[in-house]
Amino acid sequence: MDRECSQLLPSVCAVLADSRQLVADDTFLEKFLDWFKTLTETESSLLLLQENPCLTELITCVLKLKDPSSSTLSFILRLTGIFAASESCFQYLQQRELLISLFGEVGPLSSALWEEASVRSGWVQGVHSMVQHQSALHFLCNCGAIDVIFTLQGDPSLFVASAANQLLVHMLTFSLQSFQTKLVNIKDCDWPVCAQKLIVHIEESLKSNSASRIKQSLKLLTSMFGCCHDLWTEVLWSQLSERIVYLLEEKPVHAWHSLVDLFLSMARSPVFSCPECSLWTSVTCALEHLNPAQVGRLAVGVLKLQECPQAVRIQALSVLLQPMDCVLKAASQPLEYPGLLNRSVNDSATVETLLSCRSSCASLLCQTLAHLEELQYLTYLPVDLPYIPLLQSVVTILQFCIGLATPASCLGNKISRILIGCFRVQRSALDILGALSHRESHSVFMGSVSDILLAYLKSPDTSPTVLKKSFQATLKWLVRLSEAPSSRDHWQQTEQFLRDLFLVLQKRLCSPYWEVRDSALEFLTLLVKHLREKDGFRQVLFSSEVPKLMEDLLEDPESYVRASAVTAMGQLSLLTQLISKMPGIENGNGKEKSIVAQLQEILSTDSEGFPRRAVISVFIDWLKEGHPDVLKDTEQFVSSVLQAVNSDLDWEVKAGGLELAEVFSAQTLGRLGLAACPYAAVSSSATRSTHLSESLQIFCRVKLFEFLFGALCDCDRPVAQKACDILITLKAELCEESSLREGTRAGLSTEAHGIAWLEETLRRWSSCAEPCPRGNADGAGSQDPNGVLLVLRTVDLEGLHGSLNRSSDHIEKSPQSLLQDILATVGTLEDNEADCY
Amino acid sequence: MGRQSTLPWGAAGESPASLLLKYCLSGHPTLPCNVLKFKSTTIMLDCGLDMTSTLNFLPLPLVQSPRLSKLPGWVLKDGNTFLDKELKECSGHVFVDSVPEFCLPETELLDLSTVDVILISNYHCMMALPYITEYTGFTGTVYATEPTVQIGRLLMEELVNFIERVPKAQSASLWKNKEVQRLLPAPLKDAVEVSTWRRCYTVPEVNAALSKIQLVGYSQKIELFGAVQVTPLSSGYALGSSNWIIQSHYEKVSYVSGSSLLTTHPQAMDQASLKNSDVLILTGLTQIPTANPDGMVGEFCSNLAMTVRNGGNVLVPCYPSGVIYDLLECLYQYIDSAGLSNVPFYFISPVANSSLEFSQIFAEWLCHNKQTKVYLPEPPFPHAELIQTNKLKHYPSIHGDFSNDFKQPCVVFTGHPSLRFGDVVHFMELWGKSSLNTVIFTEPDFSYLDALAPYQPLAMKCVYCPIDTRLNFIQVSKLLKEVQPLHVVCPEQYTQPPPTQSHRTDLMIDCQPPAMSYRRAEVLTLPFRRRYEKIEIMPELADSLVPLEIKPGISLATVSAVLHTKDNKHVLQPPPKPTQPPASKKRKRVSDDAPECKPLKPLLSGSIPMDQFVQTLEKHGFSDVKVEDTAKGHIVLLQEAETLIQIEEDSTHIICDNDETLRVKLRDLVLKFLQKF
Repeated sequence: MDRECSQLLPSVCAVLADSRQLVADDTFLEKFLDWFKTLTETESSLLLLQENPCLTELITCVLKLKDPSSSTLSFILRLTGIFAASESCFQYLQQRELLISLFGEVGPLSSALWEEASVRSGWVQGVHSMVQHQSALHFLCNCGAIDVIFTLQGDPSLFVASAANQLLVHMLTFSLQSFQTKLVNIKDCDWPVCAQKLIVHIEESLKSNSASRIKQSLKLLTSMFGCCHDLWTEVLWSQLSERIVYLLEEKPVHAWHSLVDLFLSMARSPVFSCPECSLWTSVTCALEHLNPAQVGRLAVGVLKLQECPQAVRIQALSVLLQPMDCVLKAASQPLEYPGLLNRSVNDSATVETLLSCRSSCASLLCQTLAHLEELQYLTYLPVDLPYIPLLQSVVTILQFCIGLATPASCLGNKISRILIGCFRVQRSALDILGALSHRESHSVFMGSVSDILLAYLKSPDTSPTVLKKSFQATLKWLVRLSEAPSSRDHWQQTEQFLRDLFLVLQKRLCSPYWEVRDSALEFLTLLVKHLREKDGFRQVLFSSEVPKLMEDLLEDPESYVRASAVTAMGQLSLLTQLISKMPGIENGNGKEKSIVAQLQEILSTDSEGFPRRAVISVFIDWLKEGHPDVLKDTEQFVSSVLQAVNSDLDWEVKAGGLELAEVFSAQTLGRLGLAACPYAAVSSSATRSTHLSESLQIFCRVKLFEFLFGALCDCDRPVAQKACDILITLKAELCEESSLREGTRAGLSTEAHGIAWLEETLRRWSSCAEPCPRGNADGAGSQDPNGVLLVLRTVDLEGLHGSLNRSSDHIEKSPQSLLQDILATVGTLEDNEADCY
Repeated sequence: MGRQSTLPWGAAGESPASLLLKYCLSGHPTLPCNVLKFKSTTIMLDCGLDMTSTLNFLPLPLVQSPRLSKLPGWVLKDGNTFLDKELKECSGHVFVDSVPEFCLPETELLDLSTVDVILISNYHCMMALPYITEYTGFTGTVYATEPTVQIGRLLMEELVNFIERVPKAQSASLWKNKEVQRLLPAPLKDAVEVSTWRRCYTVPEVNAALSKIQLVGYSQKIELFGAVQVTPLSSGYALGSSNWIIQSHYEKVSYVSGSSLLTTHPQAMDQASLKNSDVLILTGLTQIPTANPDGMVGEFCSNLAMTVRNGGNVLVPCYPSGVIYDLLECLYQYIDSAGLSNVPFYFISPVANSSLEFSQIFAEWLCHNKQTKVYLPEPPFPHAELIQTNKLKHYPSIHGDFSNDFKQPCVVFTGHPSLRFGDVVHFMELWGKSSLNTVIFTEPDFSYLDALAPYQPLAMKCVYCPIDTRLNFIQVSKLLKEVQPLHVVCPEQYTQPPPTQSHRTDLMIDCQPPAMSYRRAEVLTLPFRRRYEKIEIMPELADSLVPLEIKPGISLATVSAVLHTKDNKHVLQPPPKPTQPPASKKRKRVSDDAPECKPLKPLLSGSIPMDQFVQTLEKHGFSDVKVEDTAKGHIVLLQEAETLIQIEEDSTHIICDNDETLRVKLRDLVLKFLQKF
């Protein structure tokens, strides 16, 4: 602790100990505790207490207070816990009987303030901090604190209950830490006293009839097995497993949620990974006894495990597939799909009951679909998924949802009635339908997937969110199909699908709902981006009305739609340029020019930020990808864009402009052989100098520096940061040789200047229409390369970089400031209260 | 004579009036015509006109159509040409070349002159009114709301105008002969009751029919002959549309016809008043249960914009009132965003002007949002602004001003949705050849494929966006759960999935007990019995009653009174004082309404506690009392006296051997335990 803080600390402690002086803002107390936590990690806690006796006095004083505030008492409990974490400090505090007064039966435990959740929470946290040595454990065992913690497990405040549970986990793992080596044949009688006490408590809770006690113990075990992977956990499990299995066999299983959590937590522990471990017997039992709605999470968790007996995996997969199998069988399907399961793992009546009930059907299907989708993204799935029947069952669900499936049974009728118009299930099913595209199969797509996707895309009843999912799924399938090697026939069939799709898109782009127009444009953007190399796609696209409609939407009244139209047109324009390079295909080149102009107009005039941001992103893409219209006169293009962005008030547009500037400068320097390519041939210094000068002139012509320096002065920190980064890079390139020489020649000092000076210079630049005499930085215009170079060299970019990277409150974060703030706020409360009158 | 104030009518003594009979005169579930016989009143519920019959006829073109006039006559398979003047063939379909005719409600099932009142639900369900009021000897009253009458009049006038302005010399009747009809191809072969099909009524008939209407307001209670009370409730479907409550003191029948829970222009549906119905008659559900109106409006707008952007014209065959108001409102919001500001919208109907103006003045019948606009003051519908800014123009017909103003591409709203008459026929002929144009069907009353049949081959695009805001089956299910009627009665079409989608079991009424269904020309005895009748008691008679409390809270009193029944109202009046016959004259004959009153015996009530009764008997000297329990009570045996007392719940018999003294003694002992009043 530094001297200033040591001097302030007694006054602060005096304030805190004074019950009349309320601290207005208790976040100070949290910061205060954080500070002490940091201090005790780096300094000796005992020394800290000894050098600052005011701290011990503070604890004593608060204990003596007749009516301390709950926040102060909670603070003291936590502060004492932090100090008591050090064994020497613990002894120090115990000698003064402070610990027993705070954490023993006579302390806050027996006071009226114990009713306050904050006090109980402070007590638990204090104890938690303290338990870092055996002395603390002994102390807690002896003073009856453990029973208090057991009670707090069921505290009405969830925060306190959870903290108590975490504390017990900590105590258990801590007390058994040192028993590692003796563990091979440990019997329950060998547990240390404290651990023994806790284990007995867990066992008794599990055997009790109280559902809440059972859940608390299961939660405790879940946390414990999750964080502790020591060998003794296996011994503990062997002691408890029988009871856990008993809980599983109860009807109904009340604690199924907690049991699933427990098994998942244990299954991830390397201690239980051995195939012979009894855990797998319990997991198998859970997969059998719990219904699919309860056990889905466990099943998917099991399938994600690296180490797991194959039989358990197969059973877990069957659990997930069972509802899908039921759905498939509930609809009349062609005979080639026999079903998803060879045998029924569970009682299929349970699944059928769940599926035929309105309240459980949709949630079971959504959950199952989400779990199965999760499996699709695993890099390695250790079991064989019946891909085709699964896909068919997903398609069947989607058919049920829009009344296209023909029920084959009474269950089918019920499912049909429940699912028709159910958006939740539609969304989940479309998600997995998209995910299943990774196993692309043209015949499957043309067989049923394309039909159902078109049905959803066409249906006027498809909600905007479902439509978006339909677009996403369609895109995934089309991208996959376009990447796959396929026969000519296959692609021709896909083209037919594309033709149907574009008819739908035409209509969707004219929709009165902006969400629909927006989704359609987003979909088109991605479609053009991914499929632009496909001849057939381009032909279908340009033979449709879609490009014209996309262009019309640049004037949409809704800004989101305009933004999406800008992005879509950006992609389309790149595609049109691609076609123009191909022999025999004509495109409206004149029209393209107007697109550039249209986008520039949006950038300069659109009143909403979204379309302008979209334009700048498109321009960046065009510049990066070498859009021919940009390449025709890149300087003019960049200059006009920077000019428009310079006067924009939206920081994201500015940041986009900076990215454009960065790309442009890198391209310019690269084109002239100045790029930082390690393998580039080293050019002679004279050539390099010429190139540098050339680049500089280009930058000056497009007013790059005026823009960058302007952005450096911007009040939005991300803009200034980005500008600073770019300027530092440019400075490194442009000033490394020439700066000294030029600077010396101009006879200017190289004293670093700050923002104020820069702002003044920029003002002069803007008022200076003509370039000023060379070498005079103060009077030079932005188009004078030397003047610009001098400014670049003179501004303290590194200093600015440092200050911009610091957060705005870095000064206020110091402990000294914190202590001063506590002192400053004391007493203001009364004033504020007076103000209220 | 004495009677309780509420009379339980046992099955044995059931009067015919206690049954509720329902006669179904129309097979069309959304154009109903039912008759309810309830408490001696005969009430007709709606008189919808099934116009789908017109689809069998050739369109009536406004100007000579070379295409239609050149259609070949239909020749029988054997080459017989006797029908070729009446029937024409077009693209494989056969049409009657005659003035279109309509299928009337059933007139033979019951004598329609006996109908006391007709209750109208909405303007679409009154189109057969002139046929009923002017042809059947009807002398009753018709009840309807003002917007229903006014807009109904517009619809009728438009219909008459459409047909009368294109006089057709020919009237085909040969094909109606049953023997001939059998030889015709479908659908003519299967058309029902063609012999009863009638030509359209005339304007005087419309006026005469409408003059019989008495205007009513929502929640207004109308007494019918003192027997029943009828009340219209807002149904949320159209301007002034109503559901009806028909109730007596102890029975309530709800008639739900053409209702909507969507927020469109009319006042919201009143659901709460439908609660506690004994019977709920449910008609007029959506005709297209799979088409969600919101989605359809979206489709309508998208297709309209696509067509116009491509330089095509859009034709919307529609009625002059109803959904068109909502469509114009949607377009008002949409045209600017879709870049259609410069595209003219034309509304052509002989009643276009009246319809647009009427809609703005019926403020009290509009939804809440539109009502509040009136107080601003602003016109409730934005079509006023469309008219002001010249975006929407309306004309009585294509002749006259319209031909001068007509600019393409444009959007035309015009009738009739059947495409058989009205200005729409002209536009079909005009635009049908170009694939740039689109006809968008929004009215759900006619099959669009049938409507288009006489225009084939057709190049123009056809889009089917039926907008039917009436209740769908999900909404019905919620409504029934909410209002909980004891019985639901509905057309048979609603009790099974649509024939084309037999797997959609969600598209039918699902309620418990299952709904009773009916079909055309069927008489249904409704499944509830009237059990009670309310009888009023005169104050002076009530004063004379002396109630006796038999159980806490339950008192009884005997009443001697005269039951007076007039206008279906029953009143208990004090009995006339017994008059002493004049000594000198012969006793007068007692008149019917003043029956002779005899002195009354007290009524007995209570039960006899056996133990105490035995003790009492023993006290009075009967020593050998034996009690036997029987199924209905007890038998007390007095062996010595050879007497038996049979005590049952509702009777007591003393059986002794001609010993009257003993019987009287025993009777008095029994009576001691009973209360008298």
